[in-house]
Amino acid sequence: MQRVIEFLLGLVFGVGLLVSGMTDPGKVQAFLDVGGAWDPSLALVMGGGVMVGLLGFTWAKNKNRSFSGSALQWPEMTQIDKPLVLGSLMFGTGWGLAGFCPGPALVAMAAGNDKAMVFVLTMMAGMVLFERFKTRDN
Amino acid sequence: MHIDWLHFTPWTSLLGGILLGISAAVLFLNSGRILGITGILEGVLAPKNADSTWRFAFLLGLFAAPLVAKFVLPAELIHAPRVDASWAMVIVAGLLVGYGTRWGAGCTSGHGICGLSRLSLRSLVATLSFMSTGFVTVFVIRHVL
Repeated sequence: MQRVIEFLLGLVFGVGLLVSGMTDPGKVQAFLDVGGAWDPSLALVMGGGVMVGLLGFTWAKNKNRSFSGSALQWPEMTQIDKPLVLGSLMFGTGWGLAGFCPGPALVAMAAGNDKAMVFVLTMMAGMVLFERFKTRDN
Repeated sequence: MHIDWLHFTPWTSLLGGILLGISAAVLFLNSGRILGITGILEGVLAPKNADSTWRFAFLLGLFAAPLVAKFVLPAELIHAPRVDASWAMVIVAGLLVGYGTRWGAGCTSGHGICGLSRLSLRSLVATLSFMSTGFVTVFVIRHVL
């Protein structure tokens, strides 16, 4: 039953990405293009998501366990360090270059977009590369 | 800067964002997990234990979204991907996004939506970082090069 719920949550998330415009790199780049014809739509995606998220996570703060009885796995890392900032700066550069971030790229790939497919493959290659180098890096 | 009112889609973008927030909030409340796409992908690429099955279930749902959306939603609500980037740029972008999101331990969903919703300063710094290079990169490829 839990797996069915998680499947449905993935579905809701994917439909949310499709409806929001995040799966369209043209729209993403129009949002990031403050120097040109700026389309502010995607600020509302983040706004809507965080608005609902705030309610959910604030509620969760008063709970000991999840509805399914498992532990609530709050992220433990709080430090602001070099990997966090450099990694995020690098991610943003790639995001701007093609207009894809990970979730929307997966959905666009599932919709049959060929460039999204190549993006996802190289993104996974990048993840594997990081795993190889991280011991040296940090 | 001028605002492109013609392509501004406040309602569908807000609705989409609300769906993302619902999914992230319910996943945490129900399963106790943070909805971070890169973390989920990482867990699927290198499954450490049986605990990873929720990630497969979630990804399957994500992959089913375009097909389901096609049947249940009016066509004008769905944004089809338009990719301006060349193949070479797509490849470079993929590598940067993959490496960068692991290095920074999160992407637009984990840091952006969940992190900001938890009022995490760490995630706020990550979000401002990737937003800033996103803006700079598009400025450079569209107005400098």
